[in-house]
Amino acid sequence: MAELHVELVAADRRVWSGEATLVVARTESGDIGVMPNHEPLLGVLQSGPVTIRTSEGGTVVAAVHGGFISFADNKLSVLAEIAELAEEIDVQRAERALERAKADADAAGERRAEVRLIAATSGSR
Amino acid sequence: MGAQLRVYKRRIKTVTATKKITKAMEMISASRIVKAQRQVAASSPYADELTRAVAAVATGSNTNHPLTTEAENPTRAAVLLVTSDRGLAGGYSSNAIKAADRLTERLRAEGKEVVHYIIGRKGVAYYGFRERPIAGSWTGFTDKPVYADAKSVADPLIDQVLKDTADGGVDELHIVFTEFVSMLTQAPVERRLLPLSLDDATGGEARKEGEILPLYDFEPSAEGVLDALLPRYVESRIFNALLQGAASEHAARRRAMKSATDNAEELIKTLTRLANQARQAEITQEISEIVGGSSALADASAGSD
Repeated sequence: MAELHVELVAADRRVWSGEATLVVARTESGDIGVMPNHEPLLGVLQSGPVTIRTSEGGTVVAAVHGGFISFADNKLSVLAEIAELAEEIDVQRAERALERAKADADAAGERRAEVRLIAATSGSR
Repeated sequence: MGAQLRVYKRRIKTVTATKKITKAMEMISASRIVKAQRQVAASSPYADELTRAVAAVATGSNTNHPLTTEAENPTRAAVLLVTSDRGLAGGYSSNAIKAADRLTERLRAEGKEVVHYIIGRKGVAYYGFRERPIAGSWTGFTDKPVYADAKSVADPLIDQVLKDTADGGVDELHIVFTEFVSMLTQAPVERRLLPLSLDDATGGEARKEGEILPLYDFEPSAEGVLDALLPRYVESRIFNALLQGAASEHAARRRAMKSATDNAEELIKTLTRLANQARQAEITQEISEIVGGSSALADASAGSD
């Protein structure tokens, strides 16, 4: 089965890298799924979960806040200022952050916390 | 104990105490250099991928963006200077400040008005003492910068560049920081960040590898991608400068503290010799006093017989 190489990098570290068969991410104009041999693509990401189906059959979910997706030569890179894998996310902390953001009417913070929670719950499934 | 000897002993004690401090600082810096270097290395995948993406947009489209267009007649230039928060780092801050001064002079000679932005308490203090105007400053993170710091520095600067010169904006953005060449060498460098010359930033590397960049499909559009990409690119360049600056700061401090420790050792050695000499002189004097005293007594008792 065809594979693509994925690099998920945050500004200060490499979060995940490996082979995958499908990557789903949310761009400005909607969710986009990239499979091997997709045409070269460069897109702006929105805050949202990125789902990577690895070639071993597992699923890696990460919360990504702002960034880019670029794909060429079967290499896909997701660049994000902040990226966290689902298992790294502290659910309680994210919930607290969500409540705080709601109380402060901080839309961006609310969205960030929501994305974290979505990623954390879908990653543990 | 004689007065002289007491003075020497006291000085040896103070120098020993100072040596302990400098030795500790040396070891702390040595461990932090490694950490800082690791951070530089950890941030490079992001920077590399970002550079590739910028190169892709630059070659894949003929989009003009305010951040890449040269002003026809640049009249105002911003200089961002990266110094340290704390001293005791040898010439780290002053070398960067000197490099910034040279750059400022060059820009002035080209007929541009220079606006200063400063990172680090040392630079702020230097400009403050000389009553030079500072347009903006950031302190408190130079020895351990995180990405959010780079963002907080980059955002207002990018706004300044995007603003019209007539409204107080700037046409160019230069950065002066200390490049971490090796453990022993750190050199202050100056780079022009904006307007970004896409050939400089990307062409060199891509061509070297003989790599032909594919034609990308842009989502949502080439302009949209460039709009989002360029500020991130500038942020990552500033972040890299901060990280290199931090590594250089620790390396400079380690070296300065190493020579301070060496000097202290040397001083202790000299002072110990002097103290020994003083002790010897004291003993000699005491002996000659006793001998003199006893012979005087002997003379006196011989006279009374």
